[in-house]
Amino acid sequence: MSKRKVKNDHMPVGECITQVQKILRERLCHQQLPQKLVGVEAQHKHLLELLKRTAIHGESNSVLIVGPRGAGKTMLLKCVLRDLLEEKEVQKNLLQVYLNGLLQTDDRIALKEITRQLHLENVVGDRVFGSFAENLAFLLDALKKGDRSSSCPVLFILDEFDLFAHHKNQTLLYNLFDVSQSAQAPIAVVGLTCRLDVLELLEKRVKSRFSHRQIHLLSSLTFSQYLDQVQAQLSLAHDFPDTKFAEDWNAGIKTLCEDKSVEEVLQKHFNSSKDFRSKHMLLMLCLSRVSVANPAIKPADVLEASRLCLADAKANMLHGLSILELCLIIAMKHLNDIYEGEPFNLQMVHNEFKKFLQRKSNSMYNYDQPVVMKAFEHLQQLELIRPVDGSLAKTQREYQLMRLMLDHSQIMESLQKYPQCPTDVKQWAMSAFG
Amino acid sequence: MTAVLQHPGYEEERMQRVAGQLPGREVQAGMLLSLMGQPQHYSYPSIFIYGHRASGKSHVMHVLLKELELPHATVSCVECVSVTLLFEQVLLSFFGCDAASLLPCSPSLSDFVRIYRQQCSQTPAKETRYIVMDKAELLRDADTNLLPALLRLQELVEDNVTVILLSEIVWDNFRPNTGCFEPLLLNFPDYSKGELQQILSQDRHPSYSAEFYSSYINILLGVFYSVCRDLRELRRLAALNFSKFCEPLAEGKVKETDTHKLWKNIEPHLKKAMQTVYLREVSSLQWEQMQQMEEKEAGALRGVDTHSAVALDDFLRIAAYLASYNPARTDKRFFLKHHGKIRKTNFLKKNEKTSNHLLGPKPFPLDRLLAIFYSVVDSRVAPTASIFSQISSLVTLQLLTQVSHNDQLNAPKYKCAVSMDFICAISRTVNFDIVKYLYDFL
Repeated sequence: MSKRKVKNDHMPVGECITQVQKILRERLCHQQLPQKLVGVEAQHKHLLELLKRTAIHGESNSVLIVGPRGAGKTMLLKCVLRDLLEEKEVQKNLLQVYLNGLLQTDDRIALKEITRQLHLENVVGDRVFGSFAENLAFLLDALKKGDRSSSCPVLFILDEFDLFAHHKNQTLLYNLFDVSQSAQAPIAVVGLTCRLDVLELLEKRVKSRFSHRQIHLLSSLTFSQYLDQVQAQLSLAHDFPDTKFAEDWNAGIKTLCEDKSVEEVLQKHFNSSKDFRSKHMLLMLCLSRVSVANPAIKPADVLEASRLCLADAKANMLHGLSILELCLIIAMKHLNDIYEGEPFNLQMVHNEFKKFLQRKSNSMYNYDQPVVMKAFEHLQQLELIRPVDGSLAKTQREYQLMRLMLDHSQIMESLQKYPQCPTDVKQWAMSAFG
Repeated sequence: MTAVLQHPGYEEERMQRVAGQLPGREVQAGMLLSLMGQPQHYSYPSIFIYGHRASGKSHVMHVLLKELELPHATVSCVECVSVTLLFEQVLLSFFGCDAASLLPCSPSLSDFVRIYRQQCSQTPAKETRYIVMDKAELLRDADTNLLPALLRLQELVEDNVTVILLSEIVWDNFRPNTGCFEPLLLNFPDYSKGELQQILSQDRHPSYSAEFYSSYINILLGVFYSVCRDLRELRRLAALNFSKFCEPLAEGKVKETDTHKLWKNIEPHLKKAMQTVYLREVSSLQWEQMQQMEEKEAGALRGVDTHSAVALDDFLRIAAYLASYNPARTDKRFFLKHHGKIRKTNFLKKNEKTSNHLLGPKPFPLDRLLAIFYSVVDSRVAPTASIFSQISSLVTLQLLTQVSHNDQLNAPKYKCAVSMDFICAISRTVNFDIVKYLYDFL
């Protein structure tokens, strides 16, 4: 025993790093469930109570979990289920059906999926049902045990709940809610959605059968909690094989989180969004820079990761345009300034460009109309400019009205970074009047 | 160069081979590798790579996955006209043809995920599986649920799988209305001029020296770099024009080192190439034939003489052009012999700043077209049915477009749909000075 411990204590660095990557990647990419939830204890308790009632006492219930993307709706539900399933009685009794609005795009597919997940394919066999309700009732009946009072509780989890509301007649939702509020088989319906107005999507008859229980996940995280989360997420647990390395690593993470520049970066991210997903993305980018040569996360890594996260994609694309295409963009910018955002066509842009060439230019020469047209079409292909609705039909290409999809500041910023940009082009972009 | 590409999960020798195949993309490949991590670890559920055309997105992915022998499925969204093909291809490359044959005839996403999970429980992933979607912008046109579902595929199938989307359009234009799982964004910047030079110089002709070819590439980039940075396009142009560049060498007029003379010889030629072969007005084959014939008739190729018609027809087109581009109130000045006194200053109202040649053609009624037509034609023409039939044939040729609705027989309105160059060429053939009659050019 002690011998093995001694051996484990001194793993080579490469081995340690591999372990770190494995553990942290599971946390960040695979959404491994945390030991304890932070900030949503009340919601956790509420949901657990509710589901317990269904699982143990056979009460039917319906509830919606509402929260923005990446707020931890699924995580909350999974944590609750994990805690729920620790009880023996629940474990052998409760059946779960997972439906996802992205996958089960209509009620026929959803019903098939329900049948499959309840393992009732052979019971249904070749039976033909008159209606959806009949079919569902049959399925639930099949779950009843010997005596009618004690049938198996079923938990229906509807991810992307709002998409189910778009199904024809909302048959599935109607039937599920109907079962849940009448004294039939005990079922609990849990919907997950990011739409706050989801109840408005429901038909009247569906809405009236819903219990109107909603659990809101609106993050009230403070920055210090956010910082703690970051630290906890990057730290290693005590059961890491090489204790020495783990201590060093955790100490490194602690100093990292106290660093002024890192704190600034995290504050910026915290201000723009508090959700888990964007935080994971940032941390993942940091983690990816850890290697044998660089065995700890340094402030510079965080800065670089944040730069990647916040980079403006359109400005990046502008960087790769040819100088002719860039000139056209500048001409469009001037047209936008002059005509206050009215749409423009190729002729106007080309005319503006020609005016610039006549006035002052020694680095560029005049291109033929077709060459300019090709550049213009490339911009359209990249969706940096977009045709105005309804101007497509029956107009020549050079007179099609377009709108610029770029911001003033994006253009100026990317112009600063543009490699070997001729000075006169820069000045032209800067000047107020074309 | 190879120092960048190092990864504990893979052998050194392999990494070197990879690096050799990716000139100018070492940083990006290194970045991708570190994101992908060691093969048995998890990777981020979806990665979105964007960058200009021919900036090596697909190439880097292909080389990495192939050389490192990672389990992957590469799907080009252009090929997948229906989602069935997409599902089939993914299942086929991960689980073999048995799995693909399990798909029902018109599978839904639900079927795909079900079969994937089923197969996955039989053969769980030891290494991260990668699905590479090329030209991902086409996924937006597919089923609305497809893109959000693919982005969170890892969660849906509960397998160690990563979806990599490649596109030349930025992610902001992809995001659905209600949002979705945000992928990790990665930019592939364009090749710098030096890198382009390096890559293009690689495919040199074996019978010429490397310096000679790279000086040729230098000249080529000098002409085309300001217009086009697409590596593929440049490569094509380089291949097409190289024989011309070598011509004086073959004739023994100059030596390989005499770059100035070679430049003088090729430069006008390349400029001509920009006006024709770059625009794809002539195919590569035609361009080669043209080079052999050496006849200077490239200008005539541009669509003008393809429509040869009678003079009357030409006048009709001219009249349509005039009607479209001149304001109606100026007709009196242009087409009446005794138009009374119209003062020139008054006539040229300067408040009409933007000319019609910027805004495009205006619609005009049939009456006006005919009136202008009769005053433009020298000889007397009787208003016969043939003129009307010619108008409708112009519409079918798309030289005129009918603006008003088809069933409105009373006063149809038209628009002229030909360019200035075209109409100038026509009026030259009938000896009509059109510029004199255009309000914009007074």
